[in-house]
Amino acid sequence: MNYALMIAGMAAVTIAIRAAIFVFGDRITFPPLARQALDFVPVTVLSAIVVPMVVAPHGAGLEITWRNPQLMAAIVAVAVCALTRHQLLTIVGAMLVFFGWQFGGLT
Amino acid sequence: MSESTPLSSLAAGARDTVPMMVGAVPLAIIYGALVAAGPMALWHGQLMSAAVFAGSSQLIALGLVAGHAGLLVIWLTTFIVNLRHMLYAANLLPHVAHLPTRWRWLLAALLTDETFAVMTGFYYRHPQAPLGHWYFLGSAGGMYVNWNIWTLIGLLFAAAFPGIQSLGLDFAMAATFIAIVVPLLVTLPRLAAALAAGTLAYLWRDLPYNLGLLAAVLAGVVVGMTLTRLRARGGAVQEDAA
Repeated sequence: MNYALMIAGMAAVTIAIRAAIFVFGDRITFPPLARQALDFVPVTVLSAIVVPMVVAPHGAGLEITWRNPQLMAAIVAVAVCALTRHQLLTIVGAMLVFFGWQFGGLT
Repeated sequence: MSESTPLSSLAAGARDTVPMMVGAVPLAIIYGALVAAGPMALWHGQLMSAAVFAGSSQLIALGLVAGHAGLLVIWLTTFIVNLRHMLYAANLLPHVAHLPTRWRWLLAALLTDETFAVMTGFYYRHPQAPLGHWYFLGSAGGMYVNWNIWTLIGLLFAAAFPGIQSLGLDFAMAATFIAIVVPLLVTLPRLAAALAAGTLAYLWRDLPYNLGLLAAVLAGVVVGMTLTRLRARGGAVQEDAA
């Protein structure tokens, strides 16, 4: 993959989105339906990336087992985050469980 | 704001954004470290922070690169993920419409979630600030410098310890995404949308060009919107009954 091209395209898309209204005025309007749809974009995109990573870390098939460190650490991350709502604590806690599970002789 | 100058407004904007800058530090470091652990060159990682300057879409792009997605899917995802900035711009437009074009380009290119939050508060307190654009530039420019410095630190840190690549650092990305998503799952429609998108992304993972990801996102959004409408209708029926 040509990463410089990838980045140039991402930059063009992002600047076009940000500048469209500031530069070309409010001729662009947002229908309520689009506003409502945008509300669901962050949670769906991130979930769509995370779930396959965690339930099938080797890309081969489902690994829904306690021997899967990604899955165990992800479950801990969801629990810690739901209880504390603390981003850094969630990440650090999940990484500790992940490394512990992977290198602690459990797999 | 009686004695304000362009410079003091710039400084005030940056100062009022410091809490947001601190909040962005872990994400910037993780982003930099993930670039160093992945297939991209270090300068690609810095270029992306300098040219794209949108944290969530940068991290998502790394996830897509790791999943061997095609260019078009990466660009389309960037578009969908960053579309919310258009809503921010529409909200801020009345305060910048009078500025010269180059000012509007500059402020637009640097507009992020954090600066939108700071500017919303600022214009609420000072609806008629003549130097508001300098304050805006202070906030947005501060975020920009901060994001790029901590990206560099993350890149150099991970490059200095090449061993961490083999430790499964890609899981840090999953952990980061979970830490972003879970606090957002406060309503049933959002929870259902996330579960639908996650499940379908797994089931459709072998579709060509990673299009399964976009299809799963679309299906998740439809699930969320359908539930929102059903609930709104249920609420209306209950009100009628009462």
